[in-house]
Amino acid sequence: MKKKLLSAVLIAAMTAGMLAGCGAAGGETGADTTQPQEQEQEAPAEEAAVEAAETADEGKILNIYCWNDEFKRRIQDHYPGYTADASDATKGTIGDVTVVWNITPNDDNAYQNNLDETLLKQADAADDSKIDIFLVEADYALKYVDTELTMPVADLGITEADLANQYQYTKDIVTDSNGVLKGVSWQGCPGAMFYSRDVAKEVFGTDDPAEVQKYVADWDAFNETAATLKDAGYFIISSVNDSYRVYSNNVTSKWVEGGKINIDGNIMKWVEDSKALVDAGETNTYELWSDDWSKGFYPEGKVFSYFGPAWFINFSMAADAEGSIGNAGGWAATEGPQGFFWGGTWICAAAGTDNPALIKDIMLQMTSNEEIMKEIVVADDDFVNNKPAMEAMAADAGYSSKILGGQNPLNMYCAGVEGLDLSNLSVYDQGCNEEFQNAMKNYFDGNTDLDGALELFYKAVVEKYPELTY
Amino acid sequence: MKTEKRGKVVRYNKWGYIFLIPFILVYLVFQFIPLASTIYNSFFENYRSGLTQIGPNFVGLENYRTIVVNGDLITYAENTLIMWVMGFVPQIIVSLLLAAWFSNPSLRLRGQRFFKTVIYLPNLIMASAFAMLFFTLFADSGPVNSILAQMGILAEPYKFMSNVWSARTLVAFMNFLMWFGNTTILLMAGMMGIDTALFEAAEVDGATSTQAFFKITIPLLRPILVYVIITSLIGGLQMFDVPQILTNATGDPMRSTMTLIMYLNKHLYSKNYGLGGALSVVMFIVTAILSMIVYKFTNKKED
Repeated sequence: MKKKLLSAVLIAAMTAGMLAGCGAAGGETGADTTQPQEQEQEAPAEEAAVEAAETADEGKILNIYCWNDEFKRRIQDHYPGYTADASDATKGTIGDVTVVWNITPNDDNAYQNNLDETLLKQADAADDSKIDIFLVEADYALKYVDTELTMPVADLGITEADLANQYQYTKDIVTDSNGVLKGVSWQGCPGAMFYSRDVAKEVFGTDDPAEVQKYVADWDAFNETAATLKDAGYFIISSVNDSYRVYSNNVTSKWVEGGKINIDGNIMKWVEDSKALVDAGETNTYELWSDDWSKGFYPEGKVFSYFGPAWFINFSMAADAEGSIGNAGGWAATEGPQGFFWGGTWICAAAGTDNPALIKDIMLQMTSNEEIMKEIVVADDDFVNNKPAMEAMAADAGYSSKILGGQNPLNMYCAGVEGLDLSNLSVYDQGCNEEFQNAMKNYFDGNTDLDGALELFYKAVVEKYPELTY
Repeated sequence: MKTEKRGKVVRYNKWGYIFLIPFILVYLVFQFIPLASTIYNSFFENYRSGLTQIGPNFVGLENYRTIVVNGDLITYAENTLIMWVMGFVPQIIVSLLLAAWFSNPSLRLRGQRFFKTVIYLPNLIMASAFAMLFFTLFADSGPVNSILAQMGILAEPYKFMSNVWSARTLVAFMNFLMWFGNTTILLMAGMMGIDTALFEAAEVDGATSTQAFFKITIPLLRPILVYVIITSLIGGLQMFDVPQILTNATGDPMRSTMTLIMYLNKHLYSKNYGLGGALSVVMFIVTAILSMIVYKFTNKKED
């Protein structure tokens, strides 16, 4: 008997151990995706009692899908009537509606994978576990916008007049192939060219943005200046990937035309210009965010300039590290050869949501209420998506950036973003842009010729999007 | 009496089956069902473009045709094998040497236990962390380049990640570092199983230690050696984490460090279960053949 008991216990322990082992292994990779689902299921049960008592026609749960807590902080700080749940960081309330934050980090495409799975099941989900709001980034916005799964903002009751003050490019990005607007953003991320004042003084004899702009007014001038800087011992940009975005934001055709992969002239110009720069030793082929690439944040890196938006200089250029150029206020901003943008977050409503009125209010309050927009500028140093507000700040002599040596860069951003035409986005942008830069690195490094690199690019894109041809 | 005995046998059998249940369950759920569904999926066109699901449409052997015709399979198999050989040759030499030293009682090595632990340690580090470390060490402005520059060996930084052979060597070197300890332990176990009387007899007959090593140790170690080679080859075929992290999933330069599993991983972006399945089935067959060779050799030993 004792033996039997012992063996039964052993079996139980063994089974439990094995299953636990499997659970842990699965949990490590799946943690990001399983967590939100659990929250989703818990929420309706908790709220069931409240729901029964209420007779309002809108759902009592607002599910928001995002990849970090930026939007949550904005809502928390600026949306009137939002109360954070002190005991549970993933929840909050607006009136009698519970807001459930489903935050899945971006790493390794986890956010999109999770969102895809949940969105595709949206039609069968219970009202309270349906996604109501999800956030997207520019690189993959169209993937969601160009489907029936995203709701047109007009259907929520938001009119064009409501959004009249927003920058056109922020609308282009979330406009689907039929010209229907399907999202809004509270941010604008127009970029500028940041150059080192010391290097400009040494090489050009001036660090005045208006003067320096003449040296980089277009790509021809830019490339000539690169040679001048090389003779003085400086790289014009840290890596060819720095200027990629500037070229790719100014294309005149889409990545995919009629099911065929298409490389725009301006992108090929990037390849041509970049190859010349690399061969002449005027820049490198580092990947963005790598250690090699960010050397130029310090004087020893010998880098003349970087391209970036407001958040780049404020948060990314090691401005709080002793000895960096930014720390000494050594950067200045100028428009550069072409306008571009980098980053930004858009708010989309998921089709099938049971909270359209609340979503409408959130969108309007957070993206077009001038009072709130100004609050965000002051409190969070964001460049907000509101032309009058930003132009007023640009003209304000009292606003200046310490990192830029006292310059007010806002008019640069405003000027660059006005001319931006983003009507040539496609759902394939994220994959194509990534693979194109990866493939061309081989060409720049001299490991293959242009045809070989293009071949590699086509191959990699077809792996990602098997329906395309070239 | 007779019936009681039979009853006992049956009872023992029952326990045997019960003990097998956890294994069978885990095997079915985590091995057999995925295997069957992979084979099933490999006959379908089934992927997702953005949010649009395409398929599954039955396409027969079309997926197999695709991966064979476009030549990628051969290229990446070649890359994988080259990097495996580059790592395995030094690995087996160093392991044989270390195992021979550790298992030789006449050397009276001190601190054996310490060194056995130390050589095994690299295996305990997560491969991705290890690759990340090498990525930083061998970056264009990393410590290795700056040391070489300061010693005056290099005028300008050597781009380890942008040259085919340096990138492959780094991958091979990392695999060598991670696995030579494991191989040493295996070979040592094999060597300690050899009857010491043979060595003593050889010594009496005037054999040198080199002769003893090649004439006694190696022949008697053959089953273990074959086992080590084949398991390492199977492991090598599944090489993924080190080159994936080191090259940021690109397999650069020009996909010369792209292994079969990295290629498989590329198809997961579009959830391409058809092509991915076909590739997995091919790899399964190769691995199965290799495993059968091991099985043959290990069984021979028992005869």
